[in-house]
Amino acid sequence: MGREPQQQEQQVSYTVEQLVAVNPYNPDILPDLENYVNEQVASQTYSLDANLCLLRLYQFEPEKMSTQIVARILIKALMAMPAPDFSLCLFLIPERVQMEEQFKTLIVLSHYLETGRFRQFWDEASKSRHIVEAVPGFEQAIQTYAIHLLSLTYQKVPRSVLAEAINIEGLSLDKFLEQQVATCGWTIEKGHGKGQLIILPANEFNHPELKKNNADSVPLDHIARIFPILG
Amino acid sequence: MATNYDYDDAPASYNDQATGLGYDPNFVPDSVKSFVMHLYRHIREKNVYEIHQMYETSFLTLSDRLFKDTPWPSVDAVAHHVDNDHVFCLLYREMWFRHLYARLSPTLNQRIDSWDNYCSLFEVVLHGVVNMQLPNQWLWDMVDEFVYQFQSFCQYRAKMKNKTEQEIALLRQFDQAWNVYGVLNFLQALVEKSMIIQILEQEKEGLEQFTATDGYDYSGGSNVLKVLGYFSMIGLLRVHCLLGDYNTGLKCLQPIDISQQGVYTSVIGSHITTIYHYGFANLMLRRYVDAIREFNKILLYIYKTKQYHQKSPQYEQILKKNEQMYALLAICLSLCPQVKLIEETVNSQLREKYGEKMIRMQRYDDEAFAIYDELFSYACPKFITPSAPSFEEPLVNYNQDAYRLQLKLFLYEVKQQQLLAGVRTFLRVFSTISLGKLADYMEVDEPTLRTILMTYKHKTHAVDSERKIISNADVDFYIDDDMIHVVESKTVKRYGDYFLRQIVKLEGVINDMDRIQLD
Repeated sequence: MGREPQQQEQQVSYTVEQLVAVNPYNPDILPDLENYVNEQVASQTYSLDANLCLLRLYQFEPEKMSTQIVARILIKALMAMPAPDFSLCLFLIPERVQMEEQFKTLIVLSHYLETGRFRQFWDEASKSRHIVEAVPGFEQAIQTYAIHLLSLTYQKVPRSVLAEAINIEGLSLDKFLEQQVATCGWTIEKGHGKGQLIILPANEFNHPELKKNNADSVPLDHIARIFPILG
Repeated sequence: MATNYDYDDAPASYNDQATGLGYDPNFVPDSVKSFVMHLYRHIREKNVYEIHQMYETSFLTLSDRLFKDTPWPSVDAVAHHVDNDHVFCLLYREMWFRHLYARLSPTLNQRIDSWDNYCSLFEVVLHGVVNMQLPNQWLWDMVDEFVYQFQSFCQYRAKMKNKTEQEIALLRQFDQAWNVYGVLNFLQALVEKSMIIQILEQEKEGLEQFTATDGYDYSGGSNVLKVLGYFSMIGLLRVHCLLGDYNTGLKCLQPIDISQQGVYTSVIGSHITTIYHYGFANLMLRRYVDAIREFNKILLYIYKTKQYHQKSPQYEQILKKNEQMYALLAICLSLCPQVKLIEETVNSQLREKYGEKMIRMQRYDDEAFAIYDELFSYACPKFITPSAPSFEEPLVNYNQDAYRLQLKLFLYEVKQQQLLAGVRTFLRVFSTISLGKLADYMEVDEPTLRTILMTYKHKTHAVDSERKIISNADVDFYIDDDMIHVVESKTVKRYGDYFLRQIVKLEGVINDMDRIQLD
């Protein structure tokens, strides 16, 4: 009853993304979606839609839930910051599951990222290596998020603040900076007495004058209204 | 937890009595006989106007007069007046159950029967054998009621503590009734089978007419599948919101362009349901500006038009959703004070209702927190747990679980943002200020201040559906070494639009003057 659309036969050639698009409410695709999570971990790719679809199926049939898979989805969601994916996933995970130790840790990590407390984040993450190291690219993804947030906030950021946010120091940081200068348009300036200042590339958030001002423009269809008068 | 959270807790036992009191399901009063015969005839003649009249007015008048607290006569008793027409009987039963749900409380058996009736009705529609033309209002009510009864069933089933053995046996036996897969797949099937997404696409290129005819088909076809498919997208948005799946909900709504009028605005209930859930989902996704814009528009619309709906059966529902949306708007504006997006009328209504609370919500204390809790609990959808209970002992109630989780996560978000109101206050009074000085004012050390400022940036910059960063900040800033430079986003006056309108007006005046004959 009411399950009619599920009975369409799936051809082997469907990708998981297509499966989700064609049949989002089909319990039979659950194993495919679980495999797909592992594939995303291995190949450093990401599909929020597929993962939400899987969490939804777990929500419908909690007895089928694999907490290991859920943990991987959540780590992937952290790596998608600044997007709110981590919350989107938590909305679908029952509270009693969220009480488990590994999820509590992830929730704390998310809290630090959401509130820009990178030092605490890296401290906590180093204590839970077994959780986050299971997912390749984790550190890098968080560093990318940290740099994103710094570029929203700063035109010039002190070296020490940057070092703390991305958890890279000393010679490694020198090397990292060298690379950023070469490829991402960063500039390094001698600060007044307290070490280097890093000039981050300009964007409309740290250089408000770059923001396009829509107020000065008038859409064509508004002008069109006065064509008869002008003519 | 807020105390005024009104989960409908009507005792289940009360139903059987209500239907028992002198109600004879086989007795058909003359007025009912004439009602079904006329309705049947109008449906066969595709007289949408008359169908609408009977559906909106006569059905309610008769319900008020004859069936205030009993069900309508059973379908078997009226079937022979309408040639035992299969589809008409399904429609009649759909109304029969809707009336029962509204006036009495349904028993488990009735809930299951109503599910079966929806299955039969939707299957008939999906197989494309109907050639009726039904009013949009009725088609909307079908989708709306279908989702409502699903929600109501989940709430009912989650209260396991007081279930009798007989009820539990029934629940186990009919585990497909109101099954979440069934519900979602019906809505999805209606969307797909109706090809509504393609129709709306083609309409943009002028190849198809749907919105212009309000979804009706004037060339002899049926509007039922198409319009049911259309409303099912809104039904899916609502179901996903009830499940806490906001991203997917908004995806389901995407084919409908809510920046414009559409078939969804042709029925007030559908209009409100769409915007309420759209706004709520965006609030949960931290896209406050999107939520504020749409709440503002619909609240203004309700303010201007509510007098026309006073006699409508939806009037009470309209008022309730109106109040809830003001509460949600108060939350959005407290987290993201973009008051300039709000029309003056809506703003003054908002101040009247929540002005004092909104001032307290700006503070960083338990009281502020309690108000967020209160408003959220009052205004949120009735979240559901879609899975069946474990029937093993001990039987526990879990009907509040879903709501508690959403509330908890929302308050978590509020907590992360609670220092931001303070930052905002200082940013408003300075054009530049050093980190050290601001840290002193805020009574925190410099590293902490840096994290607060980054939190401010993060929380005021939303990620849209294309993963682009959108600024929602009313006051923004940037840091140059250890100097904070404040950027007040000025109210942008749209001079262009103003001048254009004045040009048109002036032209009108000149034309008028030209027409005056001077002797």
